[in-house]
Amino acid sequence: MRTYKRRYWQAAVAAAGAGVLLTTTACGGGSNDDGTITLVIDTFGVFGYEELFEKYEADNPNITIEERNLTDLNATYVPQLQQNIAAGDGAGDIVAIEEGILQQYYLGQGDAFVDLAEYGAADQEQNYLPWKWELGKDPDGRLLGLGTDIGGMSMCYNVDLFEDAGLPTDRDEVGASWETWDDFIKVGQEFRDADTGASFVSTVTPYFNTMNAQGGTHTFFDPDNNLVADSNPVVTDSWKLAETLSEEGLSANLAMWSDEWNAGIQGNVFATLPCPAWMLGHVESTAGDAGRDKWDIASVPGEGGNWGGSWLSVTTQSEHPEEAAKLAIFLSSPEGQLGAWNAANNLPSSPEVLDDPAVSEFERDYFNNAPVGQIYGETAKELEPVYYGINNAQVAEEFRKAMEAMEQGQLSPDEAWGQANDGAKRAAGE
Amino acid sequence: MTLLRRGGAPPSGPEPSGPGSRPPVGADQERLERRQTRFNHFDLKVSPYLFISPFFLLFAVFGLFPLLYTVWVSLHDWTLLGGNQGFVGIANYVKLVQDGKFWNALYNTLGIFAIATVPQLLLALLLADTLSRRIRAANFWRMGLLLPYLTSVAAVAIVFSQLFGTQFGLINYGLGFFGIDPVNWKGGTYTSWAAIAVMVDWRWTGYNALIYLAAMQAVPKDLYEAASIDGASRMRQFWQITIPMLRPTIIFTVIISTIGQMQLFTEPVIFNGGGMSGGTSGQSQTVMMLIFEEAFRFNNYGYGSAIAWTLFVLIVLFGLVNTLLSSRIKGAQ
Repeated sequence: MRTYKRRYWQAAVAAAGAGVLLTTTACGGGSNDDGTITLVIDTFGVFGYEELFEKYEADNPNITIEERNLTDLNATYVPQLQQNIAAGDGAGDIVAIEEGILQQYYLGQGDAFVDLAEYGAADQEQNYLPWKWELGKDPDGRLLGLGTDIGGMSMCYNVDLFEDAGLPTDRDEVGASWETWDDFIKVGQEFRDADTGASFVSTVTPYFNTMNAQGGTHTFFDPDNNLVADSNPVVTDSWKLAETLSEEGLSANLAMWSDEWNAGIQGNVFATLPCPAWMLGHVESTAGDAGRDKWDIASVPGEGGNWGGSWLSVTTQSEHPEEAAKLAIFLSSPEGQLGAWNAANNLPSSPEVLDDPAVSEFERDYFNNAPVGQIYGETAKELEPVYYGINNAQVAEEFRKAMEAMEQGQLSPDEAWGQANDGAKRAAGE
Repeated sequence: MTLLRRGGAPPSGPEPSGPGSRPPVGADQERLERRQTRFNHFDLKVSPYLFISPFFLLFAVFGLFPLLYTVWVSLHDWTLLGGNQGFVGIANYVKLVQDGKFWNALYNTLGIFAIATVPQLLLALLLADTLSRRIRAANFWRMGLLLPYLTSVAAVAIVFSQLFGTQFGLINYGLGFFGIDPVNWKGGTYTSWAAIAVMVDWRWTGYNALIYLAAMQAVPKDLYEAASIDGASRMRQFWQITIPMLRPTIIFTVIISTIGQMQLFTEPVIFNGGGMSGGTSGQSQTVMMLIFEEAFRFNNYGYGSAIAWTLFVLIVLFGLVNTLLSSRIKGAQ
């Protein structure tokens, strides 16, 4: 009679097995068996946090930090973050929020993030430029993000290629040769006519972005969040610049952030690249040792401007909001910003650190000893925030695609403009 | 315990099975045996279902429920963040019919299907035929066929998108020796289809060839012998014996390929650097990518669901059409 008892038991095991399979377990940041806590931080591009993590882990033995980094902000980081937030699971304990997606998250989905003021960040205000601090809040005044870097602008240029083309190579002379964007195009024509085999620009998108960010208060969306991409003169002027660069044959047509684009940085295939402070890290890590002293930094055509820069937020999904907030406060503190500056030259948003000799007198060895602290620091304190709007990342992506189709010759400039605006309307939900 | 009932447990060991196992007697025994019969009956009827139930439970939760829920969502204005914004009836489907991007995506999907699957299955048939002959190191070649299938789709797609690079791609470099200007593989509609089709075929040709090969092993050898004696050429044997005998297998691979290809996603996504838009003007955006873009990039869950359901219906339709077409192959009598 033992036989059927065993079968009962087997049936029970089978049923239980099915039950176990149905139970999914959450992964990502969490507590480990040995009582330590793993904090996951989602970043894009180069944040320069490796040494800071090591220091923080050494000071807090119960914390392990895992950084998940994606290169391309709009094409991969934002969609992934969006899904993780919508699903209520999968996002890091700390997520980096870039300027261009700030409103999408802090105005549109503020309840996905904890109020950092409740976790000891309320008294940190003096550590940030006033506008950087204010932008980290949602409409109800909850503090959702702590500023990290800002994106002061400059123009990187390839010294060897400029020399080949018979153009000036001294950074002050180069900067003086392109006071305005019209001048910039003229220099580009000279460069093209010198026939070095390289192109003047990699792709027109970053130039469009730069000029767009210089334009003042808003770009694709007005401050009431209406889509004004087809009428805002800032956008149309920037488009005109992109169109001219493309029509003049100045572009190498390498889609930004693609493998080919990176290969172009390594291979000296293009001569200029708009360099917000955080871009230096990308150039250096992409070009590697072979690119040392190949690139130098001059002032940007037009009026300064800010492109990018980020905030750190703690998600409500985090199982350890307190520890995560502590880490976020550390990373965005003057000490953390100085560390990020030293590692990647991400321009600090802390007035104190901006004045620190380590920043203001810093010369970056990799870029011909360019005085990057001075180049970026000068304009940093006068920067004004631009309102980007909730669907900015999606609209920017539509414009990028259209500009690439234009420069690659798949669409005429008019068709590309039409595609960009149709796509923008769709992306904005109109 | 000498009775052996249908479905009952076989007697365990020699009788009697030793001290301690004293069989019950009289009414007690009868009741116990009745109970055992009932249980055996129950066991026989229910156990198989219990054993396969894990799959169906999982399918119900992760397959059937989402499938039906998607219908519900597709009838609403539903954003990923704000949730249900109200019932809109078939408005999403009306929008879909008028949406140029949907037709473009469908065109791309069918185009890639055509230029990937047809050569793929033909090539697989030829490869299988070759490998079913007596050749040296047959197992080595057969294993080799499966190797591309073992590599991850993502790895394949990453390597191939480098190969198909416009400026620094190996393929354009090679074409340069023949005086052909660099081709912008990602930029053009048909060139991007071709590049994606190559990736798909790289991965799946060997897989299908192995399926055909297995089926060919089951074709009776005397058919070929008889044909040889009658003087039929190898080619003729292939078309008049192998193909008809493989008919059910061919139908199977056609259906599987149809389902897979209509949902093509990973290869074109990675080919386009991880973006969902399929190139600068949607040259290689498949329907799956459009679903993803609408639902997860534009937060348009309702519309994304409507496309998803339309795709489901289309897959069923194309599956049926392809089955009809491939069943026109004359079967073996």
